[in-house]
Amino acid sequence: MKHVDNSIEAGGHPVIALERVTKRFPGVVANDSVSLAIRAGEVHVLLGENGAGKSTLIGMLSGLQQPDEGRILIDGQPVAITSPRHALSLGVGTVFQHAMLVPTLTVAENLLLGAAWWRRPRKDSLRAEVEELASSLGIRIDLDATAAELSLGEQQQVEILRALLRNSRVLILDESTSMLTPSGIDELGALMRRLVKRGLAIVFITHKLREATAFGDRISILKLGRKVGEIAPERFSALSEDDLTAEIVETMFGNRRSDPDATTRVGTQFPADAQPLLAVRDLCLAPSATSPGLSKISFELRAGEVLGIAGIDGNGQKQLAEVLAGQIAADSGAILLEGRPVDAMSVGARRDAGLRYLTDDRLGEGTVGAFPVSINFFLKQVGRSPFWKAGIEQGGEIDRRAAELVRDYDVRTPSIRTPIGRLSGGNIQKVLLARELSTGAKAVIFNKPTYGLDLANTLVTRQRILDAAASGKGTLVISTDLEELLQLCDRIAVMSGGRLVGTVANGPHAASEVGSLMIGLAA
Amino acid sequence: MSDLFSELFLGALLFGAMTAAVPLLLAGLGEQISEKAGVLNIGIEGMMIFGAYTGFVGAYYSGSLWFGFLTGALGGAVVASIMVLLCVRIGLNQIVIGIGLTLGFDGLTALLHHFQFSRTYPRLAAAEITAIPLLSDIPVIGPAFFRHHLLVYLAVLLVGVMVYVYRRTQLGLNLQAAGDKPAALDVAGVDVVRTRTVAVLSTGVLAGLGGAYLADVGAGIFVPFITNGAGFLGIVLAMLARGRPLWVLLGALVFGLCLSLTTALQVAGINIPTDVIQMIPFLAVMAMLVIFGRRSQLPAALGIPYVRGAR
Repeated sequence: MKHVDNSIEAGGHPVIALERVTKRFPGVVANDSVSLAIRAGEVHVLLGENGAGKSTLIGMLSGLQQPDEGRILIDGQPVAITSPRHALSLGVGTVFQHAMLVPTLTVAENLLLGAAWWRRPRKDSLRAEVEELASSLGIRIDLDATAAELSLGEQQQVEILRALLRNSRVLILDESTSMLTPSGIDELGALMRRLVKRGLAIVFITHKLREATAFGDRISILKLGRKVGEIAPERFSALSEDDLTAEIVETMFGNRRSDPDATTRVGTQFPADAQPLLAVRDLCLAPSATSPGLSKISFELRAGEVLGIAGIDGNGQKQLAEVLAGQIAADSGAILLEGRPVDAMSVGARRDAGLRYLTDDRLGEGTVGAFPVSINFFLKQVGRSPFWKAGIEQGGEIDRRAAELVRDYDVRTPSIRTPIGRLSGGNIQKVLLARELSTGAKAVIFNKPTYGLDLANTLVTRQRILDAAASGKGTLVISTDLEELLQLCDRIAVMSGGRLVGTVANGPHAASEVGSLMIGLAA
Repeated sequence: MSDLFSELFLGALLFGAMTAAVPLLLAGLGEQISEKAGVLNIGIEGMMIFGAYTGFVGAYYSGSLWFGFLTGALGGAVVASIMVLLCVRIGLNQIVIGIGLTLGFDGLTALLHHFQFSRTYPRLAAAEITAIPLLSDIPVIGPAFFRHHLLVYLAVLLVGVMVYVYRRTQLGLNLQAAGDKPAALDVAGVDVVRTRTVAVLSTGVLAGLGGAYLADVGAGIFVPFITNGAGFLGIVLAMLARGRPLWVLLGALVFGLCLSLTTALQVAGINIPTDVIQMIPFLAVMAMLVIFGRRSQLPAALGIPYVRGAR
């Protein structure tokens, strides 16, 4: 990604300004006296980790929440934004992190939502309007498709279009890139540039440094609810990308580390005749309404190796992980752990044999939110010695071992008795890591291990994966984040439409090779 | 046994089926509106019984069936407004409140009836029939389906109206969005709470009307617990119909036929214990649930109160 031209008339009058805005929730100050000025013709990046207060800020701008102190000015006039409807009427359109389209309605019907209820939906005039707007922006939109059929990138385009159809002057994009493919991210970036050229003001929220420097004109950095720095357009264009990155990293973390996304690991070559730790042969699974199934998946994973599975979300990665873990049964094929077939084994037996699975659904399937942290460490050993004896819970033993794991894996929890649902995503992930890696693991499957985590926890999780490989475990990392795979893996396999379409040894050219595999076969 | 298939018997059976189907149809269409908008309206039985009571009182004291239908619809709306306040506005559990409303109004109407009518058990005059020209002269079918009170035809017409509302109007889009993804409706600028309020009140009006028809036309009298699960059958119909009004009509006719069969078989004096005959409609419910229930798709946000900004 290259720094895009940002010489257009940045720095007009502020369309929206926040003045010393404070928002408190029980026990936390989400925003502490934050001031921001959003100007027309400018992409204003809000950069910050999870919990920095970005979402709360957006909530106040879009009318979902009201500030406790301070005020919001629109065109210089103080305004209380009371509801999403009010925000829209003031010209503030928001594209939320999670798609806000009704999945069962068509694109056209979604765009029509919000008109007065007694009106007849005006589909024909909508069609003309959308066609004009979409072609001027260089995007294609199928109005008759059901929203659920669209990819996440297309859904976002629909939402951006919706904001424009309503004559929004300010467009807020909340973590819009977190679910997109690399090419989808570039497309969004280009679209943002085209939009600000038309005089729109864009607020772009992200926690990825690279996107901030590539797409932004102005960057405000948030940390723990406070604004800790702002880089104005003049300074932005004066600095080289590396200097800019260094400055932002320094502001965000102090001078602790450089951009964590920047490194590419050169893969270790494992001799082809080495005994594979995990061998998968011709796995097949029939397609379903929501997944493409699996067709003839074969690969081998060696001890100490990190094998990545790249691909656009929903191409069978989750099904592959669950078949390996034994949660769903394959129609045909074989899975061998250290040469022994595990196909007939249950989930529990596979785990005992050393085949571990870290789910991406941490709250739903990984933990029981209402149970204390201590029990969640041993969820997969319920009823087993030494934690249970003759069906009786051995509280002392559980607490002793849980306290060790909390210390070893640096889980930040008020106590081991705290219900795990109250912890942040990063700390829940640490509990899962501890559970799967602490004893007896041989081959470990990580499904989207850093999805939704902030930078600090992402780094910790990645280090755990590398440590696991270094200690001789075979690790399979499923991720939609290509940068992550480039940083971690020895080899990267690409999955598309339920098939493995190619495997690339990691190295300087891996990014383009994997990227072309993803795009070439996704089209 | 030969009486069983006589023209007269068949005509009476089908007439009874239609009469029994109308309250179910109104309840099913009403429940469908609430469910579309994401409110599981278990209180509909309470709305129906209160509608039956207020409908009977209105018709009895005014002498006009139409005034009775009006008071019945209002009675249903009163119960619905309690549901709106507790479940849509405050966000309490819809199942618990729904059961509470049903039990509460079952009891309240029985009590009111006890004080007012338990010594007299007054009856209303038979309802005035509007025969549809030509169609009503067809043998068997004519008397069965085209010699009813005007409200019956209006109820069937409502099926078409609802199809139009769901398919072609902004209101239909809003209702579906409120049930499938309320947050999306909210950020599109439509008040979810207001949309659901409209939906639940409409349910109350239709359920109350159904109850009033049941008491004023179907029975001509109010007795405690007269609805006898008709509201719950409406819930079943709405679930099976998966959002399609025409299916509610079909289902209502099937259940109506079963209910009518119960009466007809008893009248015909067939040698089957009454208790067994009375099980027929509910066996039909179970059979239909087994056959069609597996495919039922419910709105994603059904039963979940909407709180802005909550995740």
